[in-house]
Amino acid sequence: MERKEIDQKVKDFLVSEFEIEESVVVPEARLREDIGIDSLDFVDIIVIVDRTFGFRIVPEELKDVVTLEDFCNYIDSKVNQ
Amino acid sequence: MSHRVVITGMGIWSCLGKNKEEVAESLRLGKSGIGIDPARKEIGFHSTLTGIVPRPDLKPYLDRRMRNSMADETEYAYMAAREAFEQAGIDNEYLLANEVGILFGNDSTGKAVVDAYKRMDEMKDSFLLGAGAIFQSMNSTVTMNLSTIFHLRGINFTISAACSSGAHSVGMAYLLIKQGLQDVVLAGGAQEVNPIAFASFDGLNAFSKRMDDPQRASRPFDKTRDGLIPSGGGAALVMEDYDHAVARGATILAEVTGYGFSSNGLAISQPASEGSVKAMMRAMSDANVTADEIDYINAHATSTPLGDKAEAEALTELFAGKKAIVSSTKSMTGHECWMAGASEVVYCILMMKNRFIAPNINLTEVDDAASRLNFAFEPMEKDLNVVLSNSFGFGGTNCALVLRNYK
Repeated sequence: MERKEIDQKVKDFLVSEFEIEESVVVPEARLREDIGIDSLDFVDIIVIVDRTFGFRIVPEELKDVVTLEDFCNYIDSKVNQ
Repeated sequence: MSHRVVITGMGIWSCLGKNKEEVAESLRLGKSGIGIDPARKEIGFHSTLTGIVPRPDLKPYLDRRMRNSMADETEYAYMAAREAFEQAGIDNEYLLANEVGILFGNDSTGKAVVDAYKRMDEMKDSFLLGAGAIFQSMNSTVTMNLSTIFHLRGINFTISAACSSGAHSVGMAYLLIKQGLQDVVLAGGAQEVNPIAFASFDGLNAFSKRMDDPQRASRPFDKTRDGLIPSGGGAALVMEDYDHAVARGATILAEVTGYGFSSNGLAISQPASEGSVKAMMRAMSDANVTADEIDYINAHATSTPLGDKAEAEALTELFAGKKAIVSSTKSMTGHECWMAGASEVVYCILMMKNRFIAPNINLTEVDDAASRLNFAFEPMEKDLNVVLSNSFGFGGTNCALVLRNYK
């Protein structure tokens, strides 16, 4: 999957399903502090990522993910490994 | 010191309407909210009859996280609570500055539990159930969600007492306020209406089979009654200490003056007139009124052969030859189960404030056991001062409430 497509799909679900303002969803935004994703939201993200990208997140693998760009890098590494 | 307990706000979401005005109109016209859910036949129900309750759109009011944690009945209860707080003049600013409690009757959240389990079975991974599943799947789904949304910081729990759940929640709120432990409590009842919630109840062969004539199927006290019709929704009441309500300039709708309870201690599904009589007598004694003073009785009667007969016998023992007019609004709503005791308080107060009695529709041939009672066969214009509302449930849990109009 093209990286551009990954970025767009992540942005789409954050805006449509998590109702995050589109202007906040930028690569450098921090998931927790800037976008407002908390631990319960992460549980829903596992469900949406499974549906959208076809793999199951292992929560421990997200420990170094801080920004949206980190998160998209993580997805990229899983779908294109 | 004993405190007077009043109601200053009401909200309702039911098969009779999506707010007080719609519901009052349906009650006044004797309009049934019963219809058919064809899907029930396909999944093995013996009766496809149900109250037709619309799903509210919560997106304009609540964010994703809040909506995601709500079961069907939580959504109905939220709409009722919004309406009740609005009528009571209680806004977000008030809720942030004052302690308000919550007590709701709810005795299942079947669809949420089954949906979560089905997904688990399919995906073999609990991480894929989503964050909302747990908060939808507990019986306290209504109280845990509404207390969060409305910032409630007083008493907070759910009452599970079968078909008396909603009534006991009003009764418990009444006791807490009467004792001076709470100034304001949001009390109510909620009931999911989906097939999963009612499959096992259908399995008792307890539902009416009059599927060719849905709006005439619920016939409490009629000789030809053949079972109840499941229904539901949400009902909410802002209950308040009288002095507190007066001090903040609230409009008082009615006063809760009596709460009576009892348990039959008999077989699990066996109605008993003795227990019903005991609950009604306790409620009237608490309210310091006699049977002669009751203007209207909102009967529990659900349209089952045995249940209605037992209640008719109990009502006859206490009210034969008295002025009290009797009707069962379940003739229009079906049986709103966990919500019924609270919704019927809303229906009674709508009648009091609008000066009418809602009819016991479909009562064409009165059961012999009920022949000495005065029924409202048609809508009646009537000033109501004191009313009694009955709720009885599986396991023999009985509740009676006495309400007084506030003029």
